[in-house]
Amino acid sequence: MNLTLKIWRQKDSKTKGQMVDYKVTDISEHMSFLEMMDVLNEQLVNSGDEPIAFDHDCREGICGMCSMYINGEAHGPDRGVTTCQLHMRMFKDGDTITIEPWRAKAFPVIKDLVVDRMSFERIQQAGAYISVNTSGNTQDANSLPISKHAADEAMDAATCIGCGACVATCKNSSAMLFVGAKVSQYALLPQGQVEAVDRVKNMVAQMDLEGFGNCTNTGACEIECPKGISLENIARMNREFLKASLKG
Amino acid sequence: MSGFFTSSIGRKYAMALSAFFLMFFLIMHVALNAVSLFSEDAFNQASHFMGTNPLIQFLMQPILMIGVVFHFVMGFILEAKNRSARVVSYAKNNGAANSTWMSRNMIYSGLFILIFLVIHFLDFWIPEINTKYIVGDMSGLHEGSFRYYHELQLKFIPIWRVALYCIGFVFLALHLLHGFDSAFQSLGANNKYTKGLKGFGKAYAILIPLVFIIIALFHHFNH
Repeated sequence: MNLTLKIWRQKDSKTKGQMVDYKVTDISEHMSFLEMMDVLNEQLVNSGDEPIAFDHDCREGICGMCSMYINGEAHGPDRGVTTCQLHMRMFKDGDTITIEPWRAKAFPVIKDLVVDRMSFERIQQAGAYISVNTSGNTQDANSLPISKHAADEAMDAATCIGCGACVATCKNSSAMLFVGAKVSQYALLPQGQVEAVDRVKNMVAQMDLEGFGNCTNTGACEIECPKGISLENIARMNREFLKASLKG
Repeated sequence: MSGFFTSSIGRKYAMALSAFFLMFFLIMHVALNAVSLFSEDAFNQASHFMGTNPLIQFLMQPILMIGVVFHFVMGFILEAKNRSARVVSYAKNNGAANSTWMSRNMIYSGLFILIFLVIHFLDFWIPEINTKYIVGDMSGLHEGSFRYYHELQLKFIPIWRVALYCIGFVFLALHLLHGFDSAFQSLGANNKYTKGLKGFGKAYAILIPLVFIIIALFHHFNH
């Protein structure tokens, strides 16, 4: 298929960017979206132009690196997939595809489609951990009884890959689905209880400090999340935050 | 609790609690107004009680005012903060693919409700305050009988006012269609009852404004 691509180009974080049009031809519908981008970049390199910078790593939907806003949706029009899992069969011959970086004050553009998501790392550093004795006398995790329901819910929350699609798609650039998932995966397990109060308070404080917006419960994040992280995690974070605030 | 209400989640709680208060008030308001559909006398009696009871006038009314002002001011503050969280807009954004129009436009439906409220206050509340506390007539009487039902009917004679009120109630419905569920989610209530609650929320969001519309039309056609 032949496509017209409108892609955001930005030299660096200080330079103003703009949308630039490109044409690609003979794209197979079996290609992934990133493979199509590779074809375009080869084309650009062969013609002596600067290739388009975009994040990618595992290319199997696990690492959370790829981050493109395609035709007005995070990770494109398909559901439950990252950009690397998006196939060109989702598009038609002759289509014009708009490709932009995640847009949020807390995710500044580094170059072209690459954004700085260190704000997510700083939120995690603020509390997304548990204290475990790793001296060699580590207790067997199975010695703690955990209900199947709690384990399943914690696992569901832990599938968040921190790609930032929730922030990108939220009209308020809110990071509450991400933080809700990270708070939940520990709040649901006995190992997470020791630091529960400090965890949610510190992570929410860091989230606010980073300049993310506030959640208005549109539910867009849940729909666009490649891992299907549920809004229940935001509700749980709100409860955890109230509980922690009441404890002092 | 230090810093709770200055945090993003604390503000969500504050917004949701004020929303619950206002949604409860709406039930009271619509129930009282609906009395006018069935009995002129009962409506007059109820209106006179609400308009002259010191507890309602000097405690509940100021609390309601604070609730209304708080909800609007907090709504505008949060909207401004949320807008500042995205400096560069998307060239193409397909919001309809993942969220409802109502959820994305709460600020606009809220703004229309605010405009409607100003008109509503000018129509009913200001003249009422003037009669009772400026002129000093607490009797509720006009030419020997209660004035409330008669005044209500007079207000809804002009069709433009009926149309204006109906538009206001449609925006109220749009606001409630997202606001009802959203308030529960903000308070952390997302569980096995959420599905049923959403259904109840939809019914509430449509029924309350619909009854208000029926009342306006009833008095327009029955004066």
